[in-house]
Amino acid sequence: MTSVAETAAGDIAIDVRGLSKSFDGREVVHDLSMQVKRGTIYGFLGPNGSGKTTTIRMLCGLLTPDKGTGRCLGYDILTESDAIKRHVGYMTQKFSLYQDLSVRENLEFVARLYGMADARAAARDMVQRLGLGGREEQLAGQLSGGWKQRLALGACTLPNPSLLLLDEPTAGVDPKARREFWNEIHSLAGEGLTVLVSTHYMDEAERCHEIAYIAYGHLLTKGTVEEVIAQSALTTYTVTGDGLTPLATELADRPGIDMVAPFGASLHVSGRDAEKLDAAIAPWRERADMEWQKSEPSLEDVFIELMNRSRDNFQ
Amino acid sequence: MSAQMTSPRHAENAGFWRRTQAMLVKEFIQLRRDRVSFAMIVMIPIVQLILFGYAINTTPRNMPTALLMQEDSDLARSVVKALENTTYFRFTHRVHDEAEFDRLLQSGAVSFGVEVPIGFERAVRRGDRPALLVAADATDPVASGSALSSLNQVVLSALIHDQAIPANSPPAFEIRSHARYNPAGSSRLNIVPGLVGTILTMTMLVFTALSVTREIERGTMENLLSMPITPVEIMLGKIVPYVMVGFIQAFLIVSIGVLLFGVPVLGSLALLALLITLFITTNLSIGYSFSTVAQNQLQAMQMTMMFFLPNILLSGFMFPFNGMPDWAQYIGEALPLTHFIRIVRAIMLKGSTLGDLQYDAAMLALLMLVAMTIAVRRFRRTLD
Repeated sequence: MTSVAETAAGDIAIDVRGLSKSFDGREVVHDLSMQVKRGTIYGFLGPNGSGKTTTIRMLCGLLTPDKGTGRCLGYDILTESDAIKRHVGYMTQKFSLYQDLSVRENLEFVARLYGMADARAAARDMVQRLGLGGREEQLAGQLSGGWKQRLALGACTLPNPSLLLLDEPTAGVDPKARREFWNEIHSLAGEGLTVLVSTHYMDEAERCHEIAYIAYGHLLTKGTVEEVIAQSALTTYTVTGDGLTPLATELADRPGIDMVAPFGASLHVSGRDAEKLDAAIAPWRERADMEWQKSEPSLEDVFIELMNRSRDNFQ
Repeated sequence: MSAQMTSPRHAENAGFWRRTQAMLVKEFIQLRRDRVSFAMIVMIPIVQLILFGYAINTTPRNMPTALLMQEDSDLARSVVKALENTTYFRFTHRVHDEAEFDRLLQSGAVSFGVEVPIGFERAVRRGDRPALLVAADATDPVASGSALSSLNQVVLSALIHDQAIPANSPPAFEIRSHARYNPAGSSRLNIVPGLVGTILTMTMLVFTALSVTREIERGTMENLLSMPITPVEIMLGKIVPYVMVGFIQAFLIVSIGVLLFGVPVLGSLALLALLITLFITTNLSIGYSFSTVAQNQLQAMQMTMMFFLPNILLSGFMFPFNGMPDWAQYIGEALPLTHFIRIVRAIMLKGSTLGDLQYDAAMLALLMLVAMTIAVRRFRRTLD
């Protein structure tokens, strides 16, 4: 029966069209369509409150969309959420395992709920895999942030799901733990798992096979990182030299310049229209104390520009 | 859809029990770690029972009493002495007029007032059977009842002893008692059997009333809902551990009642245990249904209190059920405690059998099913 569903879905794990959801008359997700191929890591980016969590919850049956249809692992998200729950591992944004249960007890609880044959053995193996050996009897609530994330990931991968939905799994986790976390996600994807992960870290977006950017409930762009940058049609100059701070203030309001952003010792100046941008920066191009170089916009430039534009459009 | 049709039914059942058991084990561990709840399980029945059993005495002694002596004769002093010797009365105020006598009773400074009329001794000697007034503040009939009912015999026998009045002579005077403010009085209560029910109602409701709202407030509900567990399985997993907890409580209460207060258990202990279990499950189901309706733990607690009050007042625990107006009796019939108090009093004190109690047992089962149905229907499977 699983095979029937899989063939029906082909190699698409998530296929949703026109999803909309409102809370108290405020539309949180608007007409969202997306496809995620099996075995890929799909990054879901966007500012806080952009509708990422709501979308993920609609995918795993925790929220009912107001409009739209879709399939998750071949199961209808509106009518077959029971089947979806059996094959999807969902890691919530806030730690939602039981704080007053130990690491082992939490894992055994999950294993039993999914009807695994030997819950104790499954939990024991997962403890080893997570590198939590020696902490089995520690209460989950007493673990540090990084360990909590690992445990939560372990709990949602324990029942061998085909799809992982991770909602900002690395928020508030230190860089080393984040790197280990991403290594784990990549090794899971290597085993054939599909992973949808939401984040607002740009470096994490670049570790995804494909990304989608959502702001104010609207999906603004999607594709590989290169495609997203190419689609943006943004022209960017990187300026280095002296007096960059006053330059930033002077440039910010000039017509033709859509975004000015300091990056360490340099300044990124971007515009949607290359000609207007060139005209706007002309008075400064020849200054001896600064160097202007045409460069490819970074993903962050693209996203911030998208966000600014969408704010103009949707608010 | 096809999965459910092709997979064998027993596999579905096995899944059901396994998931319910997973929930149950989890709840047990959490309960064990929650020391406050754990203390509550043991302490509430013991403390309540000791308080009700000892501090709240239905035959209180040393009640403050006002004395109005309209004459100072040997006989009058002797009667007053006899009253004091009963230990029910302690003369705290000696008053000189009726206004003060009334004021003391009115203000609650004294619970009783004794008035010896003018010419008392002379009237007794003449055989006129004068009246000795004993006025009681009967706002609390329990407090005044036993003192009043013992008056005649005690005082008379004391007088016979003191004054050498022949034992078989007719009473030399009449004691006229006034039960003020609540002239009808009320029947005595069967405190311990009733307490089994009230203590269980209170603790069981609280335990499950918080169970679902707690998961929502701690954020664990989101995780639970994303896993393949059904509302019925969650409900059973959350109720069953507390059935055992309730059973331990009931065992404590009945044991203390029997050992410390000498309450008999005339009927079958097995039947008592069975129906106590039914009553516990009914209350847990009602508490659980509150939990599925309430938005947060505070609301759940408020609903519990709203439900607890009529249970105490209209179940026959506080006031005789048959003495209540019809509308109150109808409400009472819809409360589990009403049926349980009948059951527990009948089994412990009258030795009744299941045959006698089938109506009340069936009502408990019905209330349980109604609560469970509401709970399963109200349980939100999404975060919408």
